[in-house]
Amino acid sequence: MDPLRTLWETFFDWESMREALPEMLTVGLPNTLILAVTAALLGSALGILLAVAGISRTRWLRWPARVYTDVFRGLPAAATILLIGVGLAPLGMQVWGPNPYPLGILALSLIAAAYIGEIFRSGIQSVEATQLEAARALGFSWREAMRVVIIPQGIRRILPAWVNQLIALIKDSSLVYFLGLLASQRELFRIGQDYAANTGNQSALLLAGLFYLALTVPLTHVVNWIDRRLRQGRPTAGPTDDDPDDLDLALPGAAGGNQR
Amino acid sequence: MSTSVSLSLRDVHLAFGRHQVLRGVDLDVARGGTACVIGPSGSGKSTLLRTVNRLLEPDRGDVLLDGRSVLRDDPDALRQRIGMVFQQFNLFPHMSVERNITLPLRRIGKLGEDEAVARARAELDRVGLAAKADARPAHLSGGQQQRVAIARALAMRPQVMLFDEATSALDPELVKGVLALMAELSAQGMTMVVVTHEMGFARQVADTVAFMDAGVVLEAGEPQALFESPQHPRLRRFLSQVL
Repeated sequence: MDPLRTLWETFFDWESMREALPEMLTVGLPNTLILAVTAALLGSALGILLAVAGISRTRWLRWPARVYTDVFRGLPAAATILLIGVGLAPLGMQVWGPNPYPLGILALSLIAAAYIGEIFRSGIQSVEATQLEAARALGFSWREAMRVVIIPQGIRRILPAWVNQLIALIKDSSLVYFLGLLASQRELFRIGQDYAANTGNQSALLLAGLFYLALTVPLTHVVNWIDRRLRQGRPTAGPTDDDPDDLDLALPGAAGGNQR
Repeated sequence: MSTSVSLSLRDVHLAFGRHQVLRGVDLDVARGGTACVIGPSGSGKSTLLRTVNRLLEPDRGDVLLDGRSVLRDDPDALRQRIGMVFQQFNLFPHMSVERNITLPLRRIGKLGEDEAVARARAELDRVGLAAKADARPAHLSGGQQQRVAIARALAMRPQVMLFDEATSALDPELVKGVLALMAELSAQGMTMVVVTHEMGFARQVADTVAFMDAGVVLEAGEPQALFESPQHPRLRRFLSQVL
């Protein structure tokens, strides 16, 4: 047989794809989204706490945040998912039965939080110290100044990096297959892989890949759009440096300096 | 405007690590008076200003408003009584000009939305920027931003105003408007401490001018006397360099 043709059919066998498509749409896609979205929410919430702890003035908050970040950023995602998903399985069994999702989501969230925490921390720390000083001078408490003045500015600056992390989460959600999934629990990757294993043809896996791209590529463009918008600001009039009011109010000689 | 108070600093000391920045500063500003603090950079002027509203806590000495020490007051409550204007304006860039003013009014002053907006508009009107209420700070000139910063501080009805080189970051043609506004405030009886390099302003507006060098006030007095017949050699040298 023509090797090129074989190669083509290994990846682009429409029949295999059509066979896998319904299950990908009704089972795989929703499950991938459940895993990624839940872990994104949990991971971001935990990430903010880590970031605030990481810049806290209290060593007993700063230090654990540091260690946490080092550990979960330093471990391979697969190892963390297995350690938590398998290691805590007996515990999980008693709480919510033989469902690997809660522990899988927990593991994904813990990993994401380490990265997102660092992103948030760098964003918050990138806000000029004078902003905090100005807020404190107005009478804001440290906590309130952080909440209404510093953190909102920091978060704006790291939105692109944060969306990148969500993209990583969508992809990493595929690793949950390590934990053993029932047919109805399979996400995009696992369904693709199962079809590929059964038929010896990779087309279904390629289809899964296309699903991931359909999710992640638009997000990368969202990142670029946010980035551009933050860089350029909203389209409005530029600064007006000719300032007639300034001159109307002029105090004679006040800026002159030498009055001797 | 709420009633102004008198301000006194007594023997204020402050060190950053082993570096003594303030070495026993005394300063008196009468109720409604304006004190200008002049001196070379690094002499401790800005640091001194920050001990008044306790952004920096003095190691030793006392800060008195109307004769009463404020070092044991709640610092956040104290800062509501003291307005501060910075060299770099420090408006909050992520909100409109109006919200820059209403945010502290609502969160700290506990004013309702309508009342806060009304007061913000009145203060913006006073500094001649009513038309810019909806603009973002980045779309204003430096002079306009500084006037908004002054309006933001005034909206809190402070009893004392601190100015930390409020015109040093401005283009020369924008300096006058801000100085005029400060002079107007002074004339209206606001107690003010003004750290400045604008000798013309110090001469015309101040009741007291204090010359600081190396963390102490070397000479203080009425502007006329201080500028016409400076006593301390270092003040003489400083004046000969800046005038």
